[in-house]
Formats: sequence, structure tokens, C-alpha cells
Amino acid sequence: MTATLVESSWEVAERELGLQPGGPVNIGWFCTDRICEMGRRDVPALIWEDFRGVERTYTFDDLRLKTNAMARWLRGLGLEPGDRICLFMDRVPELYLGVLAILKMGGVAQPLFSAFGEESLGTRLADAGTAAIITQKKHLSKVRKIRDTLPALRHVIVVDAPAGTLKESELDLTLDDLPECQSFDVHPTTAESPSLLHYTSGTTGQPKGAQHVHGSLVAQYITTKRVLDLRDDDIYWCNADPGWVTGTSYGIIGPWACGATQVVLDAGFNAEHWYAFIQKHRVTVWYSAPTAIRLLMREGTDLVRKFDLSSLRHLCSVGEPLNPEAVVWGQQAFGRPFHDTFWQTETGCIVITNLPGMPVKPGSMGKPFPGITACVLDPQTNQPITETGRVGLIALRPGWPSMLRGYWKNPTAYEKKFRNGWYICGDRASVDADGYFWFVGRDDDVINTGGHLVGPFEIESALLEHPAVAESAAVAKPDKINMEVVKAFVTLKPGFTPSSDLELEIMNVIRKRLSPLAMPQEIEFVASLPKTRSGKIVRRVLRAQEWGQPVGDISTLMEE
Amino acid sequence: MDDLEQVILAYVKREYIDEDDNREVTPTTPLISGGIVDSFSMVSLKRFVEKKYDIQIPDADASTAAFDTVQKIVALVERFRHAKV
Repeated sequence: MTATLVESSWEVAERELGLQPGGPVNIGWFCTDRICEMGRRDVPALIWEDFRGVERTYTFDDLRLKTNAMARWLRGLGLEPGDRICLFMDRVPELYLGVLAILKMGGVAQPLFSAFGEESLGTRLADAGTAAIITQKKHLSKVRKIRDTLPALRHVIVVDAPAGTLKESELDLTLDDLPECQSFDVHPTTAESPSLLHYTSGTTGQPKGAQHVHGSLVAQYITTKRVLDLRDDDIYWCNADPGWVTGTSYGIIGPWACGATQVVLDAGFNAEHWYAFIQKHRVTVWYSAPTAIRLLMREGTDLVRKFDLSSLRHLCSVGEPLNPEAVVWGQQAFGRPFHDTFWQTETGCIVITNLPGMPVKPGSMGKPFPGITACVLDPQTNQPITETGRVGLIALRPGWPSMLRGYWKNPTAYEKKFRNGWYICGDRASVDADGYFWFVGRDDDVINTGGHLVGPFEIESALLEHPAVAESAAVAKPDKINMEVVKAFVTLKPGFTPSSDLELEIMNVIRKRLSPLAMPQEIEFVASLPKTRSGKIVRRVLRAQEWGQPVGDISTLMEE
Repeated sequence: MDDLEQVILAYVKREYIDEDDNREVTPTTPLISGGIVDSFSMVSLKRFVEKKYDIQIPDADASTAAFDTVQKIVALVERFRHAKV
């Protein structure tokens, strides 16, 4: 009898990448030097464009040389392997190259969304004990405001500061001025060496840093090939900002580990501009998000027809569930459907997906990626649900290569992510007879707005800092474009009266301190908030009210 | 019209441009596509003009394109102010 040997997805990736068990793995090297060694030295790796149409192109050899130079410069500052180095920038080339440079010198890259206000930024830098931050002049004022509160922060580095505008304690890093570095001694990281620290929000407490490792490359490489279907001659566009995990896993690591050319548009949303961008660069594979797709839908299909978008051959989406209408619209507008993909900061790679060629059921997340064992778990028994259509918790069998290795200095939060040997994603879904997963909603109070998770605790804490606010509760409210937006319920201190002026003032305070995502899109001033007898605010009652759902058992609530 | 333009321009500069951000903002500077105001922040900008000029802009008219420059916002405000009369 002969045994049939079937390689798992991960084994295929390890073989294709030439990885040896226990051998060196450095994402920075794999995305640059290795691709050059494969003969793709002169292939464009990054074609970057800003909203004015200014363009910069970097070949894989440019990527190799510039990341070498940047890595050497960072090492020269005394930064050491394991040091957390934050990247706080818009989608400029220095951000993309900076991530790889940090990884090459053994540092831990900590990208943060550049729209974060000083409070959100400070919380995450303090928690990580970040040693250096690389930023742009336009974001420097936020860093300056909090620097004194961050004793671990040794270096503030600015990539685009005009001469003479920096303080003595700040450093200028102009990429084009760095001396060429043909050869850099890449830090000998292995599969379990820390690589990235991505912050994510939960229901309680401040955001947690999901720790990833260099071995994540295996999963990001193979899912990029098989889900995004990237091939050598593709021109790939990922809409995600590297301040979030999609922007690093599939905006840096996955495509460049495959040696693909990617285009980046450093601009805000404008449907006409986006279509012109696809047409100009002949984009073939597009990884977008439901919020963006719904914004495009709003502009109609007539606009699409004004452009030649025939280069597009594969479309994918991530962030929040893609509604059936958006899938159908994609088919009408582009002649092909968007393939929904599901994953999260903690998973590091796509885990449930509609693979190319698989029949797309509009509204379904698809099936587990080969190599991922997924189920929906009964929340009471913690056993996998076998009946089709019954809703449970999306759960994954631990052990895939890009799974987080922990939350930074928060082992308790990490332990809470597991039940009966399963990793719990925090989302609810059902599975149909064909094995397709259907998203139902979050299993906690976290707000998924435009594909980004926002924690209510962080918003409520910031609301309480406003002199007029006595108590607050932040919940998700349904939204046609963003799926959910933040709504805040607020009680006022004596002497303050509700008004539209006060509402706008509070909204702007939260936007600037935390981020535009965290800004309540509506504030309802109320006389009191629903609480348990022990005085804890019960968000679920307010949330149910917003969604027109039954409020459930309220027998334990305090009577007002 | 000029006064309206100045009021909205001043508000945009005050609320959406950081101290160290030396970008020049004029009535024709792209706000949304230029990355100065994102689609989430647009809600607070819309709220400001609605409150300031006592109008209601329906969601269907409050597109990112309609809010992309101060000049376009002024046109939108004018339209709804006149519609009210």
C-alpha cells in the first residue's frame, strides 16, 4: 500500500520560499534581496502617486538598497533588535520601505494610523514602550505634545522636514540623502522572532498590541498567491493603509514576497480619481473594502463606464462583511464579483475566503482557507456546531503560521481568546450545507466602522475628559456606508444643557484626541444611562435600541 | 458668498489642519481627495455648516464629491439656503 502525501498550504509556501526548519527567516530580506536574486531586480516594486499626480517608482533593487540604507541608519542610532519602532505616516514610500528596514535590522515595526490623535497615539506608544517614532512634519505636533510623557521614546525621526524646522532633539531622515548601502548584515531572525506589533481594540480596557513574528511570511505569501491570485505580471492595488494589518500583510509583505508590482495612491476618496488611477496603471488585481465599494456604488455605474477598466481581472474585499448588493454591483460595474475575505489583526492572514474560481454566494464570507480549521462554536458548550444555519462563534484551531503569538504584556487578554482549544475571533456566524460561512455580527461591544475596530472603552474614557460630560456609553449604530458608526449616549454635569453646539464640540474633541473613526457620528444627550444594580453601564440595551432589536433580559438593571 | 467662503475656510483650517502642517488651504484645495478631511470627519464638517446656516443637507446630497472643496461646500450651502426660502 502506498501512502498519498499531500502537502499543506504552509508546506508548499515553505518549499517555494526555500525555508528550512529553524533556519533564518527575515521578512525584510524576503521582500527585497530574495526577489532581486530571483532576477526581478529591475521590476517595479512600488509605483506611488499622491493626489496631485506626483509619481515615484521604486524597483525591487531600489527597495533592497533603500531598506539597507535605512536599516543601517537606524542601527547607527543605537536601536537594537527587539526595539519597537513606530511608523506614524501617511501612505508615503518611507512608510512602506521603513517597515522592511526595521525588520531587516531586527526591530519590531509598530505602524499606527496617521489620523490618530495624540491620545490614541500616546496610549499605544506608552503601552509598547516604543523606542523610536518615524513620522512626517504634518504629524509632528501630535508627537511633540506627548513626548514628555513617554520616557522610553529615545528618538523622534522626521522624513520630510525642511531644513531648520526641527528641534535639537529631533532627527531628519531624508531617504534620498542616505548613503548607498549595497550590502547590509540582515539580523538573523527566525520564524518565531517578533516582527510587527499591531494595536487592536477590544470591549474592555485600552487597545492591545497583537504580536506577530517573521514566520507569518509563510501564510501571507501563500494566501497572497492563492486568494489574491497574484502572479508575476500583475499590477496590484491594495486600498488599505499600513497603519492597519491589511496594509502590512497584503500591502507590503504578501505582494512583495511574491515579487509583484504594487501601486499606491496616497490620497483620500474620490471615485473618479480612483477609476482614473486603475485605468492609468492598468491595475489587474484590486483588494478593496466594503465601505469603499459602497461609496463607489453611490456614484453609480455610469461613472465606471467613462473609464477603461478592462485590465481588472480579480477583485477582493476585506474589512467588514460584504453585503450581497455590493457583490452584485461589482459584477455589473466591473464584469466580475468582489471576493469577500475574512480575517483580523490577530490572524495575520486571510482565514475564511472566497477563493478564485469558487462560486461566490453574495453575502457569504466563503470557506476556510486550506490549512485553516474553522468552525462555529456553541457559546454555551464550546463545542463545534454541526447543524447548518445555527449561529455560533467563529473559531479557529490554533497553529497557523501568522497567528498572533500574544498581546504585548497582556497574557490575560490572550488567554481569554481561547475556549476548549479553539481561538475565538469575536464574531458570530453560521455555516450552510455547502460549508460557506455567513457573518452575523460581533459577539462583543466592539464597533466595526468602515472595517476598523473601535473600542467603546477608549471613546468613553475620552468623552469623560470633556468638562460637560458626566457619564457616557459608546455603541454601534447601523450605517449604510460604513456598516456601523459610533453613537454616544451622554449625561451632562449640572450647569450644562444639551445643544447642537455642544454636540459638535464634543465630536471634534474626540476626533482630534482619538481619531475620526472614533468620533461619534451622533451624540444623544440623555437623563440617565441603563445600569446594572452594581452601577455598570449596560451598552447592550442602547445598542439593541439602535438596531431595533429586542433588549433581552433587563431584570438585573437598576430602576431609575 | 465671500463671507460664507471665508467662514467655512477658516473653520476647515482651524479644525482639520494640525499646527505643524504647513499645507496651504484655499477655496479650491481638494479636502477629501487631498486627504485633509476623511469621509468620517466629513460628518462633523457637514454638521457645522448645517448648524451655522440652519439647513439640512440630505445624505443623498452630502457626497464626498460635494464636500471636496470649500467652494463646492459653499455652492451646496447656497443651494439649500435658497431652497428653504
